[in-house]
Amino acid sequence: MIKAYYIFRKDLLQEFKTRFAMNAILLFAVVTLSAVSFAIGTFTARQEVLSALLWIILFFSSMSGLSHIFVKEEEAKTADTLKLVASASAIFLGKFLFNIVLLFLLEIIVVPLFIALMNFNVQNYLLLFFTLFIGSFGLAGGGTMVAAIISKSGAKGALFTVLSFPILLPVLVSGISATKIASQEQGWMTAYSELQTLFAFSVVIITASILLFDFVWNE
Amino acid sequence: MKLIADHISKFFGEKRVLKNITFELNSGQCLAVVGPNGSGKTTLLRILSALIPPSSGKVQYFDGQILLSKENIFTHTGFLGPYLELYDDLTAEENLNFFSRMRGLKDDRSTWWNLMDRVGLGGREEDAVKTYSSGMKQRLKYVFALMHQPEILFVDEPRSNLDMQGIQIVYELLREQKSRGMLLIATNEEQDLAFADFRVAVHD
Repeated sequence: MIKAYYIFRKDLLQEFKTRFAMNAILLFAVVTLSAVSFAIGTFTARQEVLSALLWIILFFSSMSGLSHIFVKEEEAKTADTLKLVASASAIFLGKFLFNIVLLFLLEIIVVPLFIALMNFNVQNYLLLFFTLFIGSFGLAGGGTMVAAIISKSGAKGALFTVLSFPILLPVLVSGISATKIASQEQGWMTAYSELQTLFAFSVVIITASILLFDFVWNE
Repeated sequence: MKLIADHISKFFGEKRVLKNITFELNSGQCLAVVGPNGSGKTTLLRILSALIPPSSGKVQYFDGQILLSKENIFTHTGFLGPYLELYDDLTAEENLNFFSRMRGLKDDRSTWWNLMDRVGLGGREEDAVKTYSSGMKQRLKYVFALMHQPEILFVDEPRSNLDMQGIQIVYELLREQKSRGMLLIATNEEQDLAFADFRVAVHD
């Protein structure tokens, strides 16, 4: 576990110096948010549509940056160097930790902007934050695993979104439903099954990724 | 320490790169892998160092009578080659700090500070690796490979990118490595081959 932390710290230091992933994700998010905001204008969209829009922006923004964590290791020819000093599980956990921090930063900036610009009426903020929190684990877990797979292929960028979408579809569907419930005057019990799905998916995808990562990374 | 390579073969798709390579190597010995470009020298070194698995056959490391697991092999080995890079965005010090922590060396910097001086990079620790020339990067890779004083050292093209002074420094380090443990090099240079006790020839 300590090695995963060292890898996370190294990636954070590299990101601090290059700001590649952060810039890619934030620029994509802000541009998309502005485009949607201008398109809708003064017209207030239904809460169901806004809930879906929020998750679509989060999903595609994260797609523009999450893959960078492994692609940069392959392109800079440092993947083998990393293999010499760390086990596959330590590498996965370190990279996962970095991606989850990146997603949290994205949400801290995008969600308040979305609420303000899109007139998104949130009735239950705690439920919204809890949904985003658990959903981020699923997005980062699946995204990190797919990033490792596509880093060894030729068409990295396009393949990442195409492969991630079917894998992360349960996060999107449940996340949108739970966010919609948070925007309506309904209690936690209504969102219980959606939160349960998000939590179960996150646990399964992270556990499966840790178990299977050795094959992806070393084959 | 003993290395046993037992009938190693490697295929990339339909293409056979290595066929039935078998040998034994002990501490204090040096093995040179020779052969023309594209013959599989690098692939053999990567298999022996456990970076990639063979298609068939096995590589075993023994510490006395104890068979080492794959995870343990990396704590006993050092590796450098043209396709193994360090982090360009980070300084040499940040790179070596990261790798020493990953190898469990904690904050003992004395070995790599000493090595940095020996390879002629003393005083350049705080420069980003991307500002280094290719020869300086090669010298830094030697520091990375030797910082934990490995018992087994793999070197792919030992003289790559080095000037005469660099080659002399590296030869001194390789001599020390051979007296301390095991050395495996992939090369076709006559001067490098002077280190070798045995040769394995790979060809198309």
